[in-house]
Amino acid sequence: MSEKKEYKVIGTRPIRHDGVDKVTGRAIYGADFQITGLLHGRVLRSPHAHARIVSIDTSRAEAHPGVKGVVTAEDLPAAEDKMADLGEGAVSLKYLCDNILASDKALYKGHAIAAVAATSPHIAEEACELIDVEYEVLPPVLEVRQAMESDAPILHENLRTSSLGETGDKPSNIASHFQHKKGDIDKGFDEADVIIEREFVTGTVHQGYIEPHNATALYNPDGQLTVWCSTQGAFTVREQLAEILQYPISKIKVVPLEIGGGFGGKINVYVKPVAALLAKKTGKPVKVLMNRADVFEGTGPTPASYITIKMGATNDGKITAAQTSLVFEAGAYPGSPVGAGAMCVFAPYNIENVVIDGYDVVVNKPKTAPYRAPGATNAAFGTETVVDELAEKLNIDPLEIRLMNGAKEGDRRADGPVYPRIGFIETLEAAKEHPHYASPNGKKYHGRGIASGFWFNIGLESSVTINVNPDGTVNLVEGSTDIGGTRASIAMQAAEVLGIPAESVNPTVVDTNSIGYTAVTGGSRTTYATGYAAYEAAQDVVQQMKARAAKLWDVDEDNVQFADGEFSSINGKEEQISFRDLSARLGETGGPVIGRATMNPAGAGGAFATHVVDVEVDVDTGKVEILRYTATQDAGKAIHPSYVEGQIQGGVVQGIGWALNEEYIYNDEGEMTNASFLDYRMPTCLDLPMIDAVIVEVPNPGHPYGVRGVGEVPIVPPPAAIANAIYDAVGIRMTELPMSPDRLLKAMGKI
Amino acid sequence: MARKSHVQTTINGETVEFLCEPRQSLLEVLRDELHLTGAKEGCNNGNCGACSVILDGRLVNSCLVLGAEIDGKSVETIEGLAEPDKLHPIQDAFLENAALQCGICTPGFIMSAKALLDKNPNPTEHEVRYWLAGNLCRCTGYDKIVRAVLDAAAAT
Repeated sequence: MSEKKEYKVIGTRPIRHDGVDKVTGRAIYGADFQITGLLHGRVLRSPHAHARIVSIDTSRAEAHPGVKGVVTAEDLPAAEDKMADLGEGAVSLKYLCDNILASDKALYKGHAIAAVAATSPHIAEEACELIDVEYEVLPPVLEVRQAMESDAPILHENLRTSSLGETGDKPSNIASHFQHKKGDIDKGFDEADVIIEREFVTGTVHQGYIEPHNATALYNPDGQLTVWCSTQGAFTVREQLAEILQYPISKIKVVPLEIGGGFGGKINVYVKPVAALLAKKTGKPVKVLMNRADVFEGTGPTPASYITIKMGATNDGKITAAQTSLVFEAGAYPGSPVGAGAMCVFAPYNIENVVIDGYDVVVNKPKTAPYRAPGATNAAFGTETVVDELAEKLNIDPLEIRLMNGAKEGDRRADGPVYPRIGFIETLEAAKEHPHYASPNGKKYHGRGIASGFWFNIGLESSVTINVNPDGTVNLVEGSTDIGGTRASIAMQAAEVLGIPAESVNPTVVDTNSIGYTAVTGGSRTTYATGYAAYEAAQDVVQQMKARAAKLWDVDEDNVQFADGEFSSINGKEEQISFRDLSARLGETGGPVIGRATMNPAGAGGAFATHVVDVEVDVDTGKVEILRYTATQDAGKAIHPSYVEGQIQGGVVQGIGWALNEEYIYNDEGEMTNASFLDYRMPTCLDLPMIDAVIVEVPNPGHPYGVRGVGEVPIVPPPAAIANAIYDAVGIRMTELPMSPDRLLKAMGKI
Repeated sequence: MARKSHVQTTINGETVEFLCEPRQSLLEVLRDELHLTGAKEGCNNGNCGACSVILDGRLVNSCLVLGAEIDGKSVETIEGLAEPDKLHPIQDAFLENAALQCGICTPGFIMSAKALLDKNPNPTEHEVRYWLAGNLCRCTGYDKIVRAVLDAAAAT
């Protein structure tokens, strides 16, 4: 094993820089923003899941006292047949625009139709009820298998299936079909002694962030558009606004305020372009806030899915073949995370023969958005349940079968990439060595389950500048919005380079006019990529300050070294000066020092996790109680271990909610019937034990401190781990999420 | 539009007067009229606890109280907790335990925890979990929040 590096700041647990503002109520989140002359906007939403919009009459709303402006899709630039480039390939501009304000069809209940700006939120709400919309109601289709039938209601008359390079010739709800192949699948199954094939269904679930979407827009007569909002990425908001409004990027400034959770759901824009349209129409700043029902009905959930998994293994436990079909709901417009699901579905295992088919299918639900390791949780529910069943049939311990087949450095994933150094095996070993795994598990209706998970993590662009202050502190300027403590984890990497305490770095998240392009806080990339940029910007500071020391001492720059916060000359003169003291002398040696770095690092490394859960099943009510939960995860290197544990614990609990409670419940008309936090029941602290987060550190070779993304993978294993524990407790294989009391009672034959 | 009511109340120990419409909730009054935006709107129907404040010693969701109802009463909000140069022990415990990620639910949790510790200075873990079950957090999995409240109890 590699030697343990000694760090002064990395691996410690300082108080986060934005902490005091957030525990005193002073931090300004999107909805808290105030500006003089503010109007309040409200969006009218479709009451129908599928309807043609025949006409919209806004005249009564416009005449309502206090109303200052009404907008509809007519106020958006014509978007027919144009493609928009948002940096991740071309997407249909019409789809993008129609999801902001529907033009010809309402494709889900909650679809935005029109919006009003008024002098108070209540007046705006009243005015929405005065907008007369004539709908021609159409039958909805809400489930992927039904949507794929040839006689299914069609959402988009122009949509043709793109399948393995061919384009279909008639309208279809199947937007695309792709395939990954490795080895010879028939040969693989021939070699197997045991083959398990199962079907899985997962429900539609929401990211469930506590802060609803919001935006305040101001449009000045000089054409400058400013939008204050909470978002996972100010620059992606700027790009989306530029495309949707067909407006120059140089005229748009996006100011990211504090963000109250996102989990992938605050990347796509919803009310931000609406606020901009209302601001333009009224000439006043307009704030648009969603309510909770709007969030459930009008913003991206993560898809329901229908998954088949077939896996074969030899009697000694070697998995010889794996095949899957992943059918994901895209929601109203194409673009589910089925591609990511396909990358992750068999990723923890080195399997010679693999076929993966993925289908992206539109249905009459909100357009799906990323949710923490998007697609991977759905996929792992299937794979990890089947692996558990293989282990059972072969009488092999479920951790052992994973150890026997677990992917290692040099193994190739079915979708192409060859793994660099990864830490899957180490997470399995950590689980095996944990006292939880050795603890007794035999009580009636108690069960233990194991599952693993993978998420690939991403790099993408990040920019950081560092300004050196005369007292030896630095101001770090970044473009990554801080959702879970990344000001701290980024600042700590700069502090480590500069040899100063974490508290001596003041991180600030700034607007799109004030820093270089920075991609979203998502993909578990921020501590990795923006942290990497902070590391490089700090190195730039060191280089520049070496030159200043050289000037002070009249030595060659190459003869100045920097270690532990001290500059010293290594050749000739015996000179030494601390970072702090040299900071005070920048004026006399040439002026301020500003370090800078921009990155698009390629070595994100993958994240693996293995979870162990104990449950108790109440066989009378069907309720599953989580008794004990242990999550091991390879973090590469934990910069701030408390916030790494926090990511793991939070991801686990979202996974528990997905496993046991959470789903969109629809009636036959396609209306979500549980669009509130009372009825869409997320876990409370009373539903849970402490979550034991075990950090494993197998350094990522693609980062100077070995960082791997940690945010997403912890949501992946819980549904399968809990399903396996339920099987251990009551002998029933649950193949549908959520494993709610009614489903469990049905599966046990009790109702 | 109905006439606005004149309300005189005490907020964080200070006498405050405001005008509000009959339909405005206490949460709206705090945020929109008094600019005390520490109480957050997560659901506006009493399910998430992000708007928790203490009204005459009792923990309430301010979205479920009308602004006009607080005439003559006393309200404690997150803004009143810290002293000028010193955080409240619960606030310190949240920072020390890394008990927040995005922080949107944090003011509500801290007010709920204060209401608990005012009544029961030495709660068990179960009592903490029971009391805080009206506050939703989607980031932390609650582990560090529960520890922070237990730590704050031990520190006072």
